[in-house]
Amino acid sequence: MNQHPDEGAPLVQLVTPEGVRVTTDENAAYRERVAHLDAAALRDLYRDMVLVRRFDTEATSLQRQGELGLFAQSLGQEAAQIGSGRAMAPQDYAFPSYREHGVAHTRGVDLADVLRLFRGVDHGGWDPTAHNFHLYTLVIGSHTLHATGYAMGVQRDGLVGTGDPERDTAVVTYFGDGATSQGDVSEALVFAAVNNAPVVLFCQNNQWAISEPTSKQTRVPLVRRGDGFGVPSVRVDGNDVLACYAVTAEALERARSGGGPTFVEAYTYRMGAHTTSDDPSRYRSAAQEDYWRQRDPIDRLAVLLRSEDAWDESWAADLQAESDALGERLRETVRGFTAPPSSSMFDHVYASEHATVAAEQAWFAEYETSFADAGGAAQGGAR
Amino acid sequence: MPTFEQFKLPDAGEGLTEAEIVHWHVAVGDEVTVNQTIVEIETAKSLVELPSPFTGVVSELLVAEGTTVDVGVPIIVVDTDPGGAAPAAPVAAPAAEPAAVPAEKPADGSAAASSGSVLVGYGTVEQGTARRRRRTPEAQPAPASAPTERPAAAPAALPAAAPTVLPDARAVVVLAKPPVRKLAKDLGVDLAGVHATGPGGIVTREDVVAHHELGEARSLATYEGDEPWLQSGGVTPDGRQTRVPVKSVRKRTAEAMVASAFTAPHVTVFQTVDVTRTMKLVGKLREDREFADVRVTPLLVTAKAMLLAVNRHPEINASWDDEAREIVYKHYVNLGIAAATPRGLVVPNIKDAHRLDLLGLARGIADLTATARAGRTSPRDMSDGTITITNVGVFGIDTGTPILNPGEAAILAFGAIRQQPWVHKGKIRKRWVTQLALSFDHRLVDGALGSRFLADVARVLEDPAQGLVWG
Repeated sequence: MNQHPDEGAPLVQLVTPEGVRVTTDENAAYRERVAHLDAAALRDLYRDMVLVRRFDTEATSLQRQGELGLFAQSLGQEAAQIGSGRAMAPQDYAFPSYREHGVAHTRGVDLADVLRLFRGVDHGGWDPTAHNFHLYTLVIGSHTLHATGYAMGVQRDGLVGTGDPERDTAVVTYFGDGATSQGDVSEALVFAAVNNAPVVLFCQNNQWAISEPTSKQTRVPLVRRGDGFGVPSVRVDGNDVLACYAVTAEALERARSGGGPTFVEAYTYRMGAHTTSDDPSRYRSAAQEDYWRQRDPIDRLAVLLRSEDAWDESWAADLQAESDALGERLRETVRGFTAPPSSSMFDHVYASEHATVAAEQAWFAEYETSFADAGGAAQGGAR
Repeated sequence: MPTFEQFKLPDAGEGLTEAEIVHWHVAVGDEVTVNQTIVEIETAKSLVELPSPFTGVVSELLVAEGTTVDVGVPIIVVDTDPGGAAPAAPVAAPAAEPAAVPAEKPADGSAAASSGSVLVGYGTVEQGTARRRRRTPEAQPAPASAPTERPAAAPAALPAAAPTVLPDARAVVVLAKPPVRKLAKDLGVDLAGVHATGPGGIVTREDVVAHHELGEARSLATYEGDEPWLQSGGVTPDGRQTRVPVKSVRKRTAEAMVASAFTAPHVTVFQTVDVTRTMKLVGKLREDREFADVRVTPLLVTAKAMLLAVNRHPEINASWDDEAREIVYKHYVNLGIAAATPRGLVVPNIKDAHRLDLLGLARGIADLTATARAGRTSPRDMSDGTITITNVGVFGIDTGTPILNPGEAAILAFGAIRQQPWVHKGKIRKRWVTQLALSFDHRLVDGALGSRFLADVARVLEDPAQGLVWG
């Protein structure tokens, strides 16, 4: 019999699910990478996770209220996203899939803008170059190639291995366990490895590719995928924000210094449904969900904060208020999102003016007015 | 001043067009806060809890539990300013808005036509529009003699304005080429009412012509007493039939039955059995203090007999995995009990029934039936069954040839128990007799196995003491 793919590989962990720091010889190097995170920094990580979770639950409610067409929750994966996102430098560039709300938050994207896509009023929602955070990619795994190509571009721009911490740049791409079955991810690993591209392939193994368990994606722990391509690989407790931070920091440093790619498997759990269109109770047990609820990333950090006297009641109350305010702002903002004029689809075809596009735009405007008698033809998806 | 806000049924999945109201978590007069769960709905995909978008007091529930409504139809009215001063003249103001909603069957309003307000997917604008519009008296002034109005179904208190357009119903976008539009105009056909068959929901020339001809042929007589009696569905143009879309539980039942009947070759074997001793045991258990809080029925003993027989013939507790070309033998028994519920047939199962003692099994059956009757059986309750009992006897039926629950290899039909003359110890006696029928999947269960299994079930029912030997 084969062993279960989730067993049999060492896991970097700095804080146990019970909120106790782990001190072993093996994790000494990683402990050093978080040694500078003082009480205030830990509270900031906690705040990030709480706000992102609030965003997540609010967006889920908004979908159920008919305000969003669809939503993909990041519930349970906050530590993997915040830990890795906060390890990035401003010049680093991230390529997310569609569940990386935590990373979006760390890159300074207004979380309300993330919901433009899910409301169906925009294909993106933010300016990627303003945040060094690419648009969400819905096609599974294709962006790992974009990220690898971008990283090769970074290499050719001479932004790797200069020793200047404000210049050396790394790229991170986020994908899930299901994406590892896609050819694109394998291709990305090949190109990243042979070109020594400064890219971190960050796999959040949340154990479910919609309804398919990891055991249907792989016979070995996913972390061993990297070895096969000659890419240094590390497996981290994805619900341990400090470990995720440390592991990503190490990988980013390797990339920026010219050491090439790293494959990270963040072992976590998708606590919610795949999307609001999914019903996980059809394919997984309540017992499994309970097991992972005990390993919640936010609860874990809360226990650590309390045990290290870094918890502050008035701060916690403020955070609660901030989070409620975020919920309210999201509700109002989202309800205010209206459909853009259909002519706007011509706006982003070319960076500069283009005669053919202009002609087509003019024709389309005329075509739309011809529907005036049918009533409401031009109103698009407004509600 | 009270401010009434309506919450319309959202598309909880991608491109879903309707859902059934399963359970209201709030009642009129309850206070609700934003994101508080107010209702549970069942879509084609799953059971979903909907959170309130408002804070306030529930002033009206517009749709009854068990009713299926289209996406976009208002389902609840919340007063978001209940503390506000009453309106100066308490006339129509508070009542006006909710009253405009047909409380009994809101799908009649043309808001149904705008179920295309889904953000994702293709919606079903055309079909909803075409049939339903035609039924409303406004849309089709019928000949005086033709009783097109639904007779008893229409609630007496329905406000006059009820079946008209909802306040904010959106205009429907009809796709048609200009020559087709002109043809429609010439023929006096309202494009919004035409059933579109073209690609992407485009109304074609043929559609317009067909609709026009349909309109001309509509005046066929309907005899008195033959009026439509269903509250749902659409009446055909000649008024002689009602067509109800297949959905929800009915749809899933149909799919499961077809999948099962046409993939698993069914064989059914029968046995008539004297269950007098089982009836005595049931009588004793009903007096047993341990069983005081549960209902003891012959079904319980049958379930136990079935578990004992599975224990002796574990090969029957299996399923055929066509994809893998493998037979999957289960080491556990999730015992399904078919239940007729207000929402249709559901087959929830008792998880790990083989590990339960008789009392535990009795509780399991009680929980399962109570949940099913309340219409709250979850997909998880119904998944991963391994073998099933269908108790057709409760309808007074002797027996039947049950169709397998998909993914299982055997199903037992348990017939009515009657007192009958029966040869007992060489004499004709009045005995309690029933019939058992076992259908099995002949791909993996041979006649010998199926027959032995059924004989063992019968053996325990005939003499429950046999359970001691096999337990």
